[in-house]
Amino acid sequence: MRTSKTLFERIWESHLVAHPDGEPALLYVDLHLVHEVTSPQAFEGLRLASRRVRRPELTLATMDHNVPTTEGPVDDPLARQQLDALRDNCAAFGVPLFATGSGREGIVHVIGPELGLTQPGMTIVCGDSHTSTHGAFGALAFGIGTSEVEHVLATQTLPQSPPRTMRVVFEGDPPEGVSAKDLILAAIGEAGVAGGVGHVVEYAGRVIEQLSMENRMTICNMSIEWGARAGMVAPDDTTFAYLEGRAGAPRGRAWERALDEWRALPTDAGARFDQEVVVDVSALAPQVTWGTNPAMVAPLDGSVPDPADYDDPDQRAAVERALTYMGLDPGTPIGEISVDRVFIGSCTNSRIEDLRSAAAIIAGRRIHPRVRALVVPGSASVKRQAEEEGLDRIFAAAGFEWRRAGCSMCLGMNPDILQAGERCASTSNRNFEGRQGAGGRTHLVSPTVAAATALAGHFVHPQELEPVA
Amino acid sequence: MKRFEKVTARVAVLDRADVDTDQIIPKQFLKRIERTGYGEFLFFDWAKDPGFELHRPQFAGARILLTGRNFGCGSSREHAAWALQDAGYDAVIAPSFGDIFRTNSLKIGLLPVALPAAEIRVLMEVANDGGEMTIDLEALELIAPDRPRIPFQLDAFERERLLGGLDDIALTLRRDPEITAYEAAHPARVATISL
Ligand code: SF4
Repeated sequence: MRTSKTLFERIWESHLVAHPDGEPALLYVDLHLVHEVTSPQAFEGLRLASRRVRRPELTLATMDHNVPTTEGPVDDPLARQQLDALRDNCAAFGVPLFATGSGREGIVHVIGPELGLTQPGMTIVCGDSHTSTHGAFGALAFGIGTSEVEHVLATQTLPQSPPRTMRVVFEGDPPEGVSAKDLILAAIGEAGVAGGVGHVVEYAGRVIEQLSMENRMTICNMSIEWGARAGMVAPDDTTFAYLEGRAGAPRGRAWERALDEWRALPTDAGARFDQEVVVDVSALAPQVTWGTNPAMVAPLDGSVPDPADYDDPDQRAAVERALTYMGLDPGTPIGEISVDRVFIGSCTNSRIEDLRSAAAIIAGRRIHPRVRALVVPGSASVKRQAEEEGLDRIFAAAGFEWRRAGCSMCLGMNPDILQAGERCASTSNRNFEGRQGAGGRTHLVSPTVAAATALAGHFVHPQELEPVA
Repeated sequence: MKRFEKVTARVAVLDRADVDTDQIIPKQFLKRIERTGYGEFLFFDWAKDPGFELHRPQFAGARILLTGRNFGCGSSREHAAWALQDAGYDAVIAPSFGDIFRTNSLKIGLLPVALPAAEIRVLMEVANDGGEMTIDLEALELIAPDRPRIPFQLDAFERERLLGGLDDIALTLRRDPEITAYEAAHPARVATISL
């Protein structure tokens, strides 16, 4: 019998409620996060079948996807209706809600960790594909659809067929100015947007061990962008230090017990994965996407590819279509592409460290006159902390708009959208056609590259900016 | 859930890889709180182009969609599966699917059929000439004109569930004693209510 186990296997096994012959496994869900967009039909389903929410105390709702990030009421009647529906549903079913304006709201994947609700060894689901973010704590966390949301509300469990496992080891020391966002974009560029399908991925290696929790979240967040079912990082002292003292984390004796349990979670030395991938990051440059999915990415010092260089006819056609949509000519140096908009935000890069790293670059400088730039903190709490540190004033002095928390221009369900043809450097996670507004052109980058690009008006490495006078 | 029976229908071809759920149904249509009525917004931005593949007359009334690899990647929005079903599709055939999209489709009775890419190439040519194909879920076979029957795979449990149109939640509630036992043995790890 094989005794060495992976982190994933441990969590899977400890959450098996039942595994009847010929049926999928039934997994218990420790935490269910809910937001306004993917939940109304699920609550309606419960109502129609006269079912209740089985464990409201393991459920938390927030408003993030379609909330406006400017002060004042919600003008859009449909958005208002959806927010009202969430409020009514939470009240009717007893689900705690962090509503807009409560001072506790934020992007669902930002508030779970900051409240200390996201903990090692847990199973966490949410009707949102970037639920993989929570895997940074050594949790098994994945996105689900609305039918599954209803299923979890009603039963606190999910039928699941076992995924395959993959380990991605980052090797080498990343050069100065290369961030977690660049690591994951480069890995996706290598593996392709379907490279992780069907797999739960564990990110490992010294590079990962040395990352802060916030950077680990950036990496796990983008797991879904190469199709992975979930992404995870083994919990360690960095994880425990982040969690200690947070409102939702265990205290006193319970904290000690939890630590013992968490320390036993990481993958054993001899454990086997279905796939192992090594990514060498020692020569990595900051990454910029040039196309219409996150795998269409190039180093900042590289250039836009030529469709003629692709042998596979499907790929060639996809690159051609992407370049047409993006309005880019083959061979254009990435550094010569100029932008109209800059967006710093989203569950990938809107936490306090992201805002600090961007603010450090723009301090004492002004954004390019053509550029309109937006910073949207990931949560009301991130916003407060940034304001205490004076980051809001640095952003405002540079010409950035400082907004309230929400998903905002990551998906443009609220009024923050690109106009057709506008080009945006964005710290979010998806550059799909129209993602930030119909006809809008999105280039994914790290917060520091976004900040430097806002100043220069074109993509630029922060180290290449003129020193502040 | 919609019960899946044998479907014989026209087949529409969307020869693109990595079609993401943002293309299937853009975000502005996710603000509705109903489960129906998304069909008219299917592929909204692409459909504005009069030359869009799915506008071809031979695809009118199609109930099967034949498309490229990694179909439905991206966001978890079940609205994508709802939109396809609402627009009249009963099945999507592709070399591979985004995981969440595939699960969402199975939950609502929209059948995802995975076939080898080479097989799909051939079928696309057949479908482009118009004509009907049959998907037989009972037999796990696809029948195309002038082609040998093509077997496909689906988990036995999912097949039964689709054939019977069985409600997933009701199935799980048969396990209520096990769930209750699990809860008794495993104290809650968090308490959102006390925050
Ligand atoms: S910030 Fe973007 S990716 Fe993250 S939850 Fe919101 S919409 Fe989804």
